[in-house]
Order: sequence, then structure tokens, then C-alpha cells
Amino acid sequence: MTMELLWYVVLLFMLSVYLVMEGYDFGAGIVHLFFAKDESDKKIITKAIGPFWDANEVWLIASGGVLFFAFPTLYASSFSGFYLPLIMILWLLIFRAIGLELRGLVHNKIWEIIWDKAFGLSSLLLALFFGVALGNIVRGVNLGMVENGVSRHEGHYFFLPLWNSTFSPHAEHLGVIDWFTAILGLLAVVALTIHGANWIVYKTNSSMNDRLRKVAFVLNFVLMALVLISLLVWHVILENPFQNFINVPWLWIFPLTTFIGLFGLFGVRVYERDGLGFLFSTLFLLGGFATTAASMFPKLLPSTNNVNPSLTLYNVAADDYGLSIGLQWFSIALVLVIVYFVIQHRVFKGKMDDVSYGDH
Amino acid sequence: MEDMLFYDRIQFGFTITFHYLFPQLTMGLSLMIVYFKWKFLRTGVQRFNEAAIFWMKIFALNFVMGVVTGIPMEFQFGTNWAKFSELSGSVIGQTLAMEGMFSFFLESSFLGLFLFGEKLLGQKLHFLTGFLVFLGSWASGVFIIATHSWMQNPVGYEILENGKFVLTNFSDLFSNPWLWPAFLHNQAASLVTSSFVVSAVGAFYLLNKKHTEFGRIFVKTGVVFGLVSTIFVAFPSGDMFAKNVVKYQPVTFAAMEGVFETQKGGAEIVLIGQPNMVEKKLDNKIAVPDVLSFLTYQRWNATVEGLNEFDEELYPTNIPGLYYAYHIMVGLGTIFIGLMLCASVQLFRKKLFMTKWILWALVFMIPFPYIANTAGWYTAELGRQPWLIYNLLRTSQGASPTVSSGNTLFTLLGFVGLYLLLGMLFLMLVWKIINQGPKPLKQ
Repeated sequence: MTMELLWYVVLLFMLSVYLVMEGYDFGAGIVHLFFAKDESDKKIITKAIGPFWDANEVWLIASGGVLFFAFPTLYASSFSGFYLPLIMILWLLIFRAIGLELRGLVHNKIWEIIWDKAFGLSSLLLALFFGVALGNIVRGVNLGMVENGVSRHEGHYFFLPLWNSTFSPHAEHLGVIDWFTAILGLLAVVALTIHGANWIVYKTNSSMNDRLRKVAFVLNFVLMALVLISLLVWHVILENPFQNFINVPWLWIFPLTTFIGLFGLFGVRVYERDGLGFLFSTLFLLGGFATTAASMFPKLLPSTNNVNPSLTLYNVAADDYGLSIGLQWFSIALVLVIVYFVIQHRVFKGKMDDVSYGDH
Repeated sequence: MEDMLFYDRIQFGFTITFHYLFPQLTMGLSLMIVYFKWKFLRTGVQRFNEAAIFWMKIFALNFVMGVVTGIPMEFQFGTNWAKFSELSGSVIGQTLAMEGMFSFFLESSFLGLFLFGEKLLGQKLHFLTGFLVFLGSWASGVFIIATHSWMQNPVGYEILENGKFVLTNFSDLFSNPWLWPAFLHNQAASLVTSSFVVSAVGAFYLLNKKHTEFGRIFVKTGVVFGLVSTIFVAFPSGDMFAKNVVKYQPVTFAAMEGVFETQKGGAEIVLIGQPNMVEKKLDNKIAVPDVLSFLTYQRWNATVEGLNEFDEELYPTNIPGLYYAYHIMVGLGTIFIGLMLCASVQLFRKKLFMTKWILWALVFMIPFPYIANTAGWYTAELGRQPWLIYNLLRTSQGASPTVSSGNTLFTLLGFVGLYLLLGMLFLMLVWKIINQGPKPLKQ
């Protein structure tokens, strides 16, 4: 029992780091798409994320690895069930990476425009897709693909098309995109744009910093509205979304963190220290993600039918021996990862304006 | 159902073949970059530092390609091989998760430092970051081949009533007798690729009379690394690996060598010939008597078991494919040794840089180590079929139950198109870097 819980915390931790780290990468990409006016703006954005994005993406690969070995049934079920969106995420990750890395290798206007757009658009779509993915996990899926009370597959397998014609989260045949998951997708785009803008302000002395502070400030009203809307519709999707919080009051710390982040972001235009905005958007992302997980606990993927039970951390985990031996090597690896992280961020500490990137 | 399995297999095969074009260069190249950097630190000759920086640019491009084509590999275990992942995840998930935690973080953190941190770090620390990138990429090889080895020769597991494999002994994963010969063989093969690439670029510069001082360094270093690695990949590492196949997968060995009938009192080794699956014999073969017995058992008259000794149910699915892949690998490997020997003799006589035919041969050889590496992996993987986990789980039992063949065909076409684009961009950019050459030295 405790092993599963421990690995659940590890997995959430790794996904949280991924969210915060690659979150600012995606956000920087969206800022690049909409708010970078000239060549020097674009250069500054790639400098701000240049030496980091690759290591940030490793958190996704490593989270995937942990999911695979600690919760193999969930890994198998969700990866095959969300087949189409996941493969598309892979394609977008490829486009994003080559856009970022190849742009600087040829000096030609058209070449640069093509890869700028590839980088920006794929960042935007990735933020949207990851938000939609979270929405799908909250809403749940038709596990076992039950029709008329009969499972057509084993109870933990399913397959979702990209959408259905009603775009309703209550339809009999669900799709990946419906109005509920679309709201969460939009929320992710707005939140990560703010987060990315904050990172650029934090890591550079660029001339667009003032503009970006203003963008973050204005977008924060949109974010606030989306958060309120999603809290309202949460009730439409789940029966008792706050039950866990009533049973275990210390969990309120997560929604509290979210709102500290959200309100802190309103001060983004006046903070003396450039890192504060980034701190608050980080708190918002971490709090929001943890609140979602706490609200669903112990479910990992809810079932929308009454035939097959939801997937929880207890019915999808690997055996105890594997999990406990895994904890030994994982602890060593985690210490090393933290050391690398500290080294990397100490070498590239402070403002990145003078680090040459993209012209290698 | 048959359809579905076909597309799942083609997609995995296609994406992994394309993916492995990049790591096979970066693993070997990282060692050669560390060598250049070390040589610079020891001698203080600026050329070697510029050589390290030049190859790091090519490394970085290959690394990005390797990363972006590598993420789909991990995802596909879940998307296309869900049943296999569900059943074996608690075993092979260990080694795959370890790869992410131990190697990818190491590589990606220090690659950024190596590429952009030379001024910030100073020369000694810069060398260290290069060394850590090398360490990360080779550690990655250990974990992937440990995973591969478990599928070829499962150890340290137990099968539960529901068909799930659970780990019973963690250290068995790393003391698997299949692992270390396969690892050495693979790393040597990766060095073969990088030596040929480095020497080919050098030969190109010499023939072109551009960047000639770098041309000489690249040809010399490439040929020395090349001679050692082309020999090592055959002996002892290839030899050790083949003996493992004889021991653990005798039917695969018979198919690889094209031995249809058991050969008593000395088995011949087939150099060329075409498997005839209808009459169960080799057509048009050229063979040398008794050599296979000697290579396998160190006795000229030892008996070598043929396919006829085994149940057809256990035959590798694609015997001609397996046979050809193996013979392409061995044939090319032999040519590589021959060329590197000639080049080394000329190098020793201090005539290599003027021997045009060898320089031309080195340039023309560029695609072949890639073909040999690919053929080698096909030998290992086709040799395992029809099993996913040797003798325990069939490939047909591992695919995702709910993903239709249409969906997989769609994503396969997407990958083909995207990788075609990636491949063209890669070639264009690598050409640009090579054509531009290393930074000219101040006279």
C-alpha cells in the first residue's frame, strides 16, 4: 500500500517539475508567436530558454519511464487509449525542437519565418493539448468501451477519437476534445503564456520586458475568469469534487497556493525583483495541478460507466519488490539530477543576454 | 488483427531504424571528441580544441535528432504495444526508467554546458563536461541493451497467474549473460560508424584541398580508431555475441548462418547464397568448408545443428530476412577491416595523405557503417521473432487491443513524411557544417 502511494507522489513530483520547466518553454514559444516584434525580441527569447529546454524535456521522458515501470497498467491503458492525441504531441514536440534548433543555422528570411512559426505554433498547440489531456483525465473515459452494459474490451482498455459531433463531456461516445476539455486547454494556454513571459522577464534585460509585464497583467484577468469557470463546471463533471478536501482538511493548502499565485500575478507590473512574477506563476501551476490530483485521489483515470471500476493507484501499480528496489536507485538518481540542475542553473545564472545561442 | 500487427511492427521498425541512425554516431563520436579535447589539454595545440568544437557541432545536430526521434520510441511501448507494456512493465520499465533518470539528465544538462560554457567554465571543466556527455550516452547504451537483453534472454523474473511478469532479482538484469557481449559489440559498432564519418570528412577535406590541416587530423584519428574498432567489433565482441546466440537461441543461429540441415563432422561457412524456403536449402552458394564449426566450437569437425532439428513453430518468422541481414553485417564488417588495415599501413609508412584511392574509398564508405549497424540490429530483432520475450510472449500477444490498423497506418504515414523532412534537413545542415569546416587557425 505505502509503496504505491510513494510512487504516486514521485510521479506527481516529476510531472510537476515538467509542468513548471517545460511550461515556461512552451510559454516562451507562445510569446514568440504573438508578442515578439523584431529580430532582437526573437533572439532574446531563444537565449532565455536555449541551454535549458532539452534538459526540461527530459522530465517528460523520465516521467514516462516512471509511469511505465511503477504503474504499467495505467501506462498501457492511457497511452493506447489516447493514441491519436499522444502521437500528435510527439509530432509537435519534434517540430518545436527542430524549429528552435535549426532556425539559426541558415541565414535566410524565409527559412527563419518558417521555423519561427513552427516553433511558435507547436508551442501553442502543445500547451493546448496538455491542458486538454488534463481535462480528459479529470472527466474520465469509457473504460472497457462498454456498450449496452457489456464491455467490448478488458476493463482497463479504451480508445478515444479526437472528438465527437456533440462536443459534450456527457456523450455516450466520448471524444478527446469536448467543451470541458477545451476550457482546460484554453486555461493551460493562458497560464503558460503568463508563465513564459515571466521567465523571459526573469532571465533577460530585454527591451520588451515592460511590454511582457503588461501582457502578463492583462492575461491574468482572463486566467482568473477561466479558473472561476472551470471551478463551476467541475461540479458538472464530477459529483463531489471537494469531498477529499472536506475529509482531509490539510489538502486546502493546494487551492490556497493556487490563489496566492493567481493574486500575486496581479502585481507583476510593479515588482522590483524580476523573479517574483515567475515565482507566482510557478505557485499557480503547482497549486492547480496538485489541487486537481487531490480532488481525484486515489483515482488516476475515472471510469464513466458503471461496469468497470476506475483506475486507481492501487489497481494499476507494479509489484512491491519492483517498486521497493526501484526506490533505491531512484533516490540515488534524484540526488544526481538535483546536482546537475544546480550546476546548470549556477553556470547560466542571472540574465542570459550575453550567452550566445542559436549561432552554433 | 493480422493487419494491425503488421502496421504496429512496421511503425516500430521504421521509427527505431531511423532513430538509431543518430545515437550510433553520437555514442562513438562523444568518445572521439573527448579524445580531441584531452589531446588539446595535454599538448596545448589549438588545432585539437577546434577539432573538438567542430565535431561537437555535428554531435549537437545528431543529438537533437536522436532526442526528438527517441521520445516516440518510449511512447510507442504504450501506444502500440500496450499489452506487452502491461505484462512486462514492472521488469523492463525498470531499465527504461533508469535510462531516463541516469543518462538523459546527465547528457542533456552537460551538453548545454559543453556547447555554450567554454568561456564560463575554463578548459579543464569544459573537458569534464564533454566527458560527462560521453558517460551519459554510453550509460544510455547500457540501459537500452539491458532491456533488449531481457527480451532476448529473460532473467530474474516470475510469471503471475494473470500472465504478468514481475521482477524477482534486480541485479540479474545487469548480470544477464546476454548483456555485456551485446553492449561491447554495439559500442564497438558505434565507434566504427564514428571513425568512418570522422575519417571521411578528413579525406573529403584533403581531396578538396580545403582545411587540410584538419583533414590530416581527422583522417589519422579516424583511421586509428577505425582499425581498433573494426577489429574489436568482430573479435572478441562479435564472436562472444555469436556464441551467446548459439547457446540461448540455437534455432536463430541456424537461420542466421543458413544451416538448413545439421552438418556433422565439420560445417561449412556460407559467404554468399540465397535461402530457398520451398526446398529448404541455399541456392547459388559459395562456402568454405569446416570454418563455421571452428568459429563456433573451436573444433574443425564439430557438429552444427541445422533448422531441421527444431520444431517449425519455433522458427524465426522471416528466415531469409534474418539470413541476409546477418550476412550484410558480416560482409561489410570484413570490408571495413580490410580498408582500415590498408589505410593503417599507409599511415605507418607516412603515405596515407597522398594515397588518393584510400581517401576516395573513405569518402564513399560513409553510408556503409550505418547499413552494417542497421543490419546488425535487424539480425538481433528478426532473430527474436516470433517472440517479444523469447520463448515466453509472442509478438502477436503484445499489441494494443483497441488501436485499429487504420489509426496505426495514419500515424505511420505521418512518421514517414515527418522523418523524410527531418532527414533532408539533417543532410542539408550537416553538409553546411562540413562545408564551412572548423574555425581556421591564426597563423
